[in-house]
Amino acid sequence: MATADEIRELMRAEGAAIAENTQGFNAGRYDSVGELEDYEDLKRAARSIKQDAIADLPNLLDQLTETVEANGGTVYIADDAADANEYIRDVVDERAADRVVKSKSMTSEEIEVNEALEADGVDVVETDLGEWVLQVADEAPSHIVAPAIHKSRESIAELFNERFDPDEPLETAEELTRFAREKLGEQITDAEVGITGANFVTADTGTMALVTSEGNARKTVAATDTHVAVAGVEKVIPTVGDLHPFIELIGRSGTGQDITSYVSLLTPPVDTPVVDFTDDETPLSEFDSDRDFHLVLIDNGRLEMREDEHLRETLYCIRCSACSNSCANFQSVGGHAFGGETYSGGIATGWESGIEGLDVAEEFNDLCTGCTRCVNACPVGIDIPGINTVVRDRINRDKDAPGEWIVDGLTPDEEDDGAPLQKRFFGNFETVAKLGSATAPVSNWLAETTVARQAMDRILGIDPRRDLPTFERETLVDWAAARDSQVENPERRAVLYPDLYTNHVQVDRGKAAVQVLESLGVDVVVPPAPSSGRAPLSQGMVATATDHAERVTETLEPHIEDGRDVVVIEPSDHAMFTREYERLLDESAFTGIAESSYEVFEYVFGLLDNGATVDSLSTVTGAEIAYHSHCQQRTLGLEAHTVAVLEECGYDVVTSDVECCGMAGSFGYKSDYYELSMDVGDRLRTQLRDDGVRDRPVVASGTSCLEQIDALLERQPRHPIELLAT
Amino acid sequence: MESKRASFEGALEALGVTVSSTLESELEAAVTEAVTEPAVGVGLDEPAGDEAFALTETPVTVDPTPVALREAVTGVTGAELGIGDYGSLVLTMTEQASELVSLFVERHVAILHEKDIQPDMDAAVAELDERFAETNGSAIIATGPSATADMGALVKGAHGPEEVHVIIVEEGA
Repeated sequence: MATADEIRELMRAEGAAIAENTQGFNAGRYDSVGELEDYEDLKRAARSIKQDAIADLPNLLDQLTETVEANGGTVYIADDAADANEYIRDVVDERAADRVVKSKSMTSEEIEVNEALEADGVDVVETDLGEWVLQVADEAPSHIVAPAIHKSRESIAELFNERFDPDEPLETAEELTRFAREKLGEQITDAEVGITGANFVTADTGTMALVTSEGNARKTVAATDTHVAVAGVEKVIPTVGDLHPFIELIGRSGTGQDITSYVSLLTPPVDTPVVDFTDDETPLSEFDSDRDFHLVLIDNGRLEMREDEHLRETLYCIRCSACSNSCANFQSVGGHAFGGETYSGGIATGWESGIEGLDVAEEFNDLCTGCTRCVNACPVGIDIPGINTVVRDRINRDKDAPGEWIVDGLTPDEEDDGAPLQKRFFGNFETVAKLGSATAPVSNWLAETTVARQAMDRILGIDPRRDLPTFERETLVDWAAARDSQVENPERRAVLYPDLYTNHVQVDRGKAAVQVLESLGVDVVVPPAPSSGRAPLSQGMVATATDHAERVTETLEPHIEDGRDVVVIEPSDHAMFTREYERLLDESAFTGIAESSYEVFEYVFGLLDNGATVDSLSTVTGAEIAYHSHCQQRTLGLEAHTVAVLEECGYDVVTSDVECCGMAGSFGYKSDYYELSMDVGDRLRTQLRDDGVRDRPVVASGTSCLEQIDALLERQPRHPIELLAT
Repeated sequence: MESKRASFEGALEALGVTVSSTLESELEAAVTEAVTEPAVGVGLDEPAGDEAFALTETPVTVDPTPVALREAVTGVTGAELGIGDYGSLVLTMTEQASELVSLFVERHVAILHEKDIQPDMDAAVAELDERFAETNGSAIIATGPSATADMGALVKGAHGPEEVHVIIVEEGA
């Protein structure tokens, strides 16, 4: 796991280039998919093709093998990296090749074929310009699509000038590109073997699709007489026709290009003549096109992943990099921190745990905060945060439970095999909150003492620079129990879910919600209820989260059966009820709660839409306000409801568009991640201090967003429901 | 037909690809105008026997040697399909080395029959699906010039051509 020092150093050295490039890709993605009328249909089609293909994988592999062999090529299915490398070394050796040119391929990096060939004395040249920069610099990729994303133009110029000592020092991107093109051009025409990856391989015709922009993959195939394509077994899909949604989605989802310059659809061996580039006599068409083609399909753990219900979806991944670019933490640290041996970004947890093992996934898995911003960005709809949670749970269980004696009283959880102390503390925050309220204000004073903060830092890894929540003595549930409903002949009846923070810390927003709902003719009850399980889930404590989910549904079920709607203030808890519980509960229990639950503004929006008016609420005339929605709320498509209601109440609203505030529940409290959290938060701070925004009061829907904004700005933010209460 | 072509030309313009159009009978003049010398090319075998498509009356060296290819600025080839919504060209790989001629040059001039413009990617892939099933063919869907952003800014002309020009051959005459 990266330490605070390592993360700080990475952000210093690479952060600026990473941030600029990933945010550029991410903005490009929004623009590019926005122009696609049938975007959601294409994503559904892409997912369904992958889902079916992985289900039918053994048959497709048989069909593909037959087809490629009938075409005159060879298929080799390699069990693991060593097996694949041995085969490729034999091919290169048999061809007596001095030089192998390669186009970009993650799978070839996974098996480290370069090292294997170099050990045999073969000159291996990466021809993708980004990969070549890294080969010259002897550095590892920091991004699955744009591998040298962490290097600035200046640093590349410095590298080239130092290494190659050109007559005129290189400076501009054009000069660097031309230099690389010429240098590599000679090496490509002189090579015997070309190694490529394959983005997709179709079983019907044995056609492989290569998605590139530079043209190096085309040259790698066209200029050599032996073509080795290296791909994971999961790349096979049934037909050429099935390529359609992927061709439209892969560039848009990744770097935000509508389509990359070249999509090569190769059914090897191709007809292009194999020419001697120094020949000044023979016309091109008189060379013959004798080519050897080897398709090396790599298992290396994938077939086991296919049998693993939680990792299986990873195999749908088309390696577009949307989950990297849309990830707030990745935008700050890149793949050198948020990545394993080969893969980086959110989906890397699935790949690395399946291919390398849990120990590699553990090195970076914590950097996924479960914000879900990658979920809608993924063109094949993989539940990437879900995979991260399951792997975190497995990592927790893989270890001995440390220091149980310290937190025994604080951890009434279901984690028999234990999770690290810090995770158990945050995962059981409900117990802390109950104790905090019961003993407030003494608990608040005690917690803020220097001795207490030092102990929290040392034992629990809670960063002393963070303000701690202040517990209220009277919880929302206590307050509600002591008063009567204000509504006669209610329009609707609701149960307001007392989420942990609203109940113990931000009680005022709960009171405001009750008052607003009553003003709109809703009869409201606020019964005691267990916390949602969000806290343990985000620590990878799935059994504990499931226990919460079961108890929450037991508590709310009678109210739902009694005809009450469930209204939720905290978006991350609403997302538990409507999204995460699907993995934790049986179908009927999940449907019961998911279909009855509404985020509070979604509910108000519905009431207004069905005849209620804002007359009974506090309204304004054009008052300016800045609104930061919540990551999981946006993933559920519920940002617009808050904006619409605020506008109907007379507010002039501007919204932030950063992917995450950086706090992400407990993440920003952790000593190792505090500075990263603040770096992510800095992007929100910049937007909230922009011209025309800096004087606006700020409202935000999420508890941790409110905490983060409070730390970022002088202005103290509020939950928007507090604006509506009279 | 007009709308497919209009959307195709609009997409090409957005990609920075220049376009000219010609009648079959005037193809050679259009090619001569579009190339920057030295130019090499692939003999276009359709329609069979039509002299214009042999490019004999142009500065283009048809079926060049490898050395002539590497010294050329422009490469002239046919394009099998155009794709309306993306401005893409579908290039084939022939024994005449059209892949080399369209790739190892700075300027690629592609000759496309107007009737081969497909409305969108969906239709183009369906067409390729059908053709590949029959012929085990290969193709490149080429969209705009070769490009890279790996050197710190977007640069046109990475390993492949820096400029692309499309000549649309109109029906009739």
